[in-house]
Amino acid sequence: MEAKEYKTIKTEIRLPYELAYGATWTRFFEGLKNKTIYGTKCTKCGRILVPARSFCPRCFVDADQWVEVSQVGTLIAWCYTNYKYFGMPTEPPFIGSLIRLNGTDVNFLHLMGGFDLNNFDEVKKIIKSGMKVEAVWSDDRKGHIMDIKYFRPL
Amino acid sequence: MGRPVAIIGVGQTKHGRRMDVSYPELVREAVVAVFNETGLTPNDIDGVVSGTMPSMMEGIALTHFYFADAMQAAGKPIMKTETCGSTGVSIAHTAYYWVASGMADLVLAVGHEKMNEGNSQATMTTVAEPFYQRYFISGAPGVFSMQSQMWMDRYNIPEEKIRDAAAFISVTHHDDAFDNPYAHIKMKVTMDEVKNARIITYPVRLLDVCPNSDGACAVIFASKDMVKKLGRKPAWVKGVGYRGEEYFFGDSDKVVWESAIQAAKQAYDQAGIKNPRKELDVAEVYNPFTFQEMLFYECFGFCEPGESPDMVLKGTFTRKGELPCDPSGGTLCTNPIGATGLIRVAEAALQVTGKAGDHQIPKAKLALSHAMGGVDQFNGIMILGSKL
Repeated sequence: MEAKEYKTIKTEIRLPYELAYGATWTRFFEGLKNKTIYGTKCTKCGRILVPARSFCPRCFVDADQWVEVSQVGTLIAWCYTNYKYFGMPTEPPFIGSLIRLNGTDVNFLHLMGGFDLNNFDEVKKIIKSGMKVEAVWSDDRKGHIMDIKYFRPL
Repeated sequence: MGRPVAIIGVGQTKHGRRMDVSYPELVREAVVAVFNETGLTPNDIDGVVSGTMPSMMEGIALTHFYFADAMQAAGKPIMKTETCGSTGVSIAHTAYYWVASGMADLVLAVGHEKMNEGNSQATMTTVAEPFYQRYFISGAPGVFSMQSQMWMDRYNIPEEKIRDAAAFISVTHHDDAFDNPYAHIKMKVTMDEVKNARIITYPVRLLDVCPNSDGACAVIFASKDMVKKLGRKPAWVKGVGYRGEEYFFGDSDKVVWESAIQAAKQAYDQAGIKNPRKELDVAEVYNPFTFQEMLFYECFGFCEPGESPDMVLKGTFTRKGELPCDPSGGTLCTNPIGATGLIRVAEAALQVTGKAGDHQIPKAKLALSHAMGGVDQFNGIMILGSKL
């Protein structure tokens, strides 16, 4: 099984893409530029979905009622990531987190931050599931998910 | 359920880092193994199903074309099935449907992956779209770590207990892999080594995680007439179940995990299973992460919610326990992803036909096999039995 001296070829695929946001996500991400988090409400089940959706994934009806949602919420789950792979879009260490923004009905995926992430033992003292958190905005906003820098403990 | 269908033979490659073969050669190794095992030839096969992870894994798209020769598929109906981590079970389901429908009598199912040739976590991250989720997913371990924490919180399970139970799973599966001639990682580990291993994505540490493996698995599905004609000991398909969930990770509960619960329920209903822990003799649960394996035990009704760490520490799921789980060492010790789910099915077939060798569970008659995929969206089950 031990690899012998057989040849390998190094190869790479690099393809450019330009993906359409569509109307709903254009409005949602433009909202981030203005420090606003938008959700949409399903007219059938009444759930407030965030990020905003053009349709409710459960009821399959248009979710076209726009609501500005709270920037404060509860930390539902978190994951301290301390490894790196090719093309990783976020520099480790980072804390991927599920956050239930107040008044919404799904968990919003983002980062926790605002404290030193390098020492995990210290991180573990600060971060607790169930804690209240608040969005912290980037100064350089481009209509992108990282316009929210992270959520900080309240 | 359509016509009765059985597995009449399985073939596996030696899994591991296989830079000694090209990818098609690796696939051929499994295909040759199943033909040698069954005495069948490619001419006997009515159709071929294959599958892998997303093409970015090895950088070559449309692999059922690339492997047409290695699978001897030219001139036959051929299909590709791809459902991320659950691909292997989906391949088995596809082959099963094909025979059950009456459209074929002998179908070759092949799962394969060469994870050492690319970058597995970078590949998996492309499963998340680049508008929103991709920035936060951190490959497979990140998703499963968040899920493990939610589970811990929901049932107020003390962290030390979960940590001990996860370490116990790692130790026993690593021990089990020594008795599986095809397993990748064969390494003795201790509880302390697992508990103090490097953090990958907290609470998951290095020895809680599966390896990147190269490997392939081939399985032949047959109709009842063919089983009779060939006179081979069959592993009958007793039940199949598969469920998907909504796309966004934050949209559905991952503790009361509906795709896992409902996939199992569908398969149990077909197989007439009421009490899985008592009725099943062995289970091959897809377990790339020790913590997640315990959650599956609960979703599959092997124990009550929140109870699995206690049961694990009591030895309920070891090879000598009430319901042995992953006596092959499981995904934790061998994970060529596109093949992995089919390896679970193959191992279940080996168990109920008494051919599992050194890791045979004595008198196993009814076995569950399972795989999970996507960003926690997909779960698939196939139950096999020695009797129709």
